Amino acid sequence: MEYEIRPAGKFKINFSELWEFRELIYFFTWRDIKVKYKQTVLGAAWVILQPLLLVVIFSYTFSRLLSMETGTLQYPLFVFSGLLLWNIFSSGINSAGNSMISNSNIINKIYFPRLIIPISSIVSTLVDFAIQLSLFVITLLVYGKYSSIGPFILVLPISLTITLLTTFGLGSFLAALNVKYRDFRYIVPFMTQVLLFLTPIIYPVSSINVPLLRTVFILNPVATAIELLRNGITGTAPQWDLVLLAFSLSAGIFLIGITYFRKTEQYFADLA
Amino acid sequence: MKPILEISHISKKFRIRHQLVPYLSLRDRIFDTVTFKKNTSSEEFWALTDINFKVEAGESIGIIGRNGAGKSTLLKILSKITLPTSGKIISRGRIASLLEVGTGFHPELTGRENIFLNGSILGMKSREIRAKFDAIVEFSGVENFLDTPLKHYSSGMQLRLAFAVAAFLEPEVLIIDEVLAVGDAAFQKKCIGKMDEVAKSGRTILFVSHNMNAVYSLCSRCIHISKGTIQDMGSTDEVIKSYLKGGSEQTHVRDYEKANRVIGDNTATLLQARLLNKEGHTIEYISLDEPCGIEYVFRVHRAGLNPVPNIHLFTNKGECAFIGSVDPKGGFSAPGTYKATMWIPANLLNAGTYSAGLALSTLSPTIVHFYEQDAILFDVIEDMNKRETEWKNSLPGVVRPRLEWKIEKN
Repeated sequence: MEYEIRPAGKFKINFSELWEFRELIYFFTWRDIKVKYKQTVLGAAWVILQPLLLVVIFSYTFSRLLSMETGTLQYPLFVFSGLLLWNIFSSGINSAGNSMISNSNIINKIYFPRLIIPISSIVSTLVDFAIQLSLFVITLLVYGKYSSIGPFILVLPISLTITLLTTFGLGSFLAALNVKYRDFRYIVPFMTQVLLFLTPIIYPVSSINVPLLRTVFILNPVATAIELLRNGITGTAPQWDLVLLAFSLSAGIFLIGITYFRKTEQYFADLA
Repeated sequence: MKPILEISHISKKFRIRHQLVPYLSLRDRIFDTVTFKKNTSSEEFWALTDINFKVEAGESIGIIGRNGAGKSTLLKILSKITLPTSGKIISRGRIASLLEVGTGFHPELTGRENIFLNGSILGMKSREIRAKFDAIVEFSGVENFLDTPLKHYSSGMQLRLAFAVAAFLEPEVLIIDEVLAVGDAAFQKKCIGKMDEVAKSGRTILFVSHNMNAVYSLCSRCIHISKGTIQDMGSTDEVIKSYLKGGSEQTHVRDYEKANRVIGDNTATLLQARLLNKEGHTIEYISLDEPCGIEYVFRVHRAGLNPVPNIHLFTNKGECAFIGSVDPKGGFSAPGTYKATMWIPANLLNAGTYSAGLALSTLSPTIVHFYEQDAILFDVIEDMNKRETEWKNSLPGVVRPRLEWKIEKN
């Protein structure tokens, strides 16, 4: 095995190296999950309780009190399907965004492909997603939507890919930015809060008549991913042109994020 | 066979920002841009300039030098943590670096879990960790606490566990930085023993340390880095010998007068201080078997009192080794400038780092005219080649006098 160490060079992702370090992704993910559930009193029950409570609260407020109309899809299913992807996005960019700083003691002392850190923090949010997904499928069954499960499973990979590309792109971008500018991370929770309201999660797109907001939805890949998922459940035809746009946008975000990360990566240890 | 490591023309530049905040903040950046302000003047600093050397497979190389000489930067570049500004390194083997032990240890995880996590961070495959698991546990001696969260471990136990994982690393090149600076003497001995074993098994080791004894016992070749360049390279004896002389550099002279620091009261003030060898040259290090003098110059401004020079010598752990004082009758009552030198005989202090506090005090009535703590810091170092025994590890104790023994046969 022969290799060179040289000054910062051209942008390139070393996939074979990432593959070689795949076990480390596993161990970091495993650590994040273990620590997360060791520190909470309710432990693993929290993953199930948290979305359920949110669904109950949103359903009560918006459906009962404000009688929001969500068409053929019952409100709890409506909001749950939105939260399913939203949770990946919000907890993904939060944990990936902070990941480089919280692991700075390791970054300063040992080499491994730095991308492993945001990757594993997103993988660990996927574990939560898997649990919530099975909970959602059960809810679908409880509501008697047997025929929806097939199309739902069919569109899920597309929605999931769009959401993950967006989350990973933004997450690694924030991770690099946080290393450089230490005050940026305080803005991130606020940002996700604003985005929660700019994404049709608790209200349907059809209830909005402001043209500007409609444009925002179109340009928000996560919004389209959520719409696609709901189309699958209700059996309506998705707007494929929007899906294609969302896919391209998310791929763009992914590339920008990862490029910025790789560019900053070269001096992480000098900064952190 | 080609060398396992070829380091050619490695330089590293840092940009030091002259600002009082530890980190960049986006707020300041935006604010500065908006107001066209430039308050972040920066200065370039070359931590390393044009470092060249080759390492043959199976060699153990020691890297020595003062704090801030660039040793750690070199290790960080070799272990790919940071990139060089120019130059290149060709490596023909897998490098593992131990810049600290227990990297990535998590207090919430159990000992068992941390072994896997740490091992994996150090670059071991989980198959490998499983195979060595029992040996690691045995070496660490924490069998009974394997399923206890690390936060309940004592710091000594954490250290033992950490070193145990590291000890079973089997890379072709192992880079070690000062990990031996921690732990008690017994544990350090165990670590040196283990590293010796690693070196003898034919692996290549790069070892950075302030502990000359450890460098002696581990490394055949040695590199002395000073101010970012290679000062000296060659056999360990010779490099350490020239490092220890280090006398020509005038870095260990304190001139309080020139620095406009007034140390003292209206009776007397401290002007200068230095450490010197028996030839009278200013030095920073002294060999165990050489005498050295601590000299300081002070001025007595007025007569009437009877100030007595005295020196308080401390080990680097903060224990007082002794206080040396002039006979109280020999004070200086007449005004004038005086030079006082306390000679520490050869073979009195043990190898280690010492700090001298310089004082001038009148004993009756008790008045301290000045007391400058840590005025002089110096190392006492042992030339291991002069030890006639096989035992080459450091010996405990503050002093190591050669006392007279009388042995009779009954």
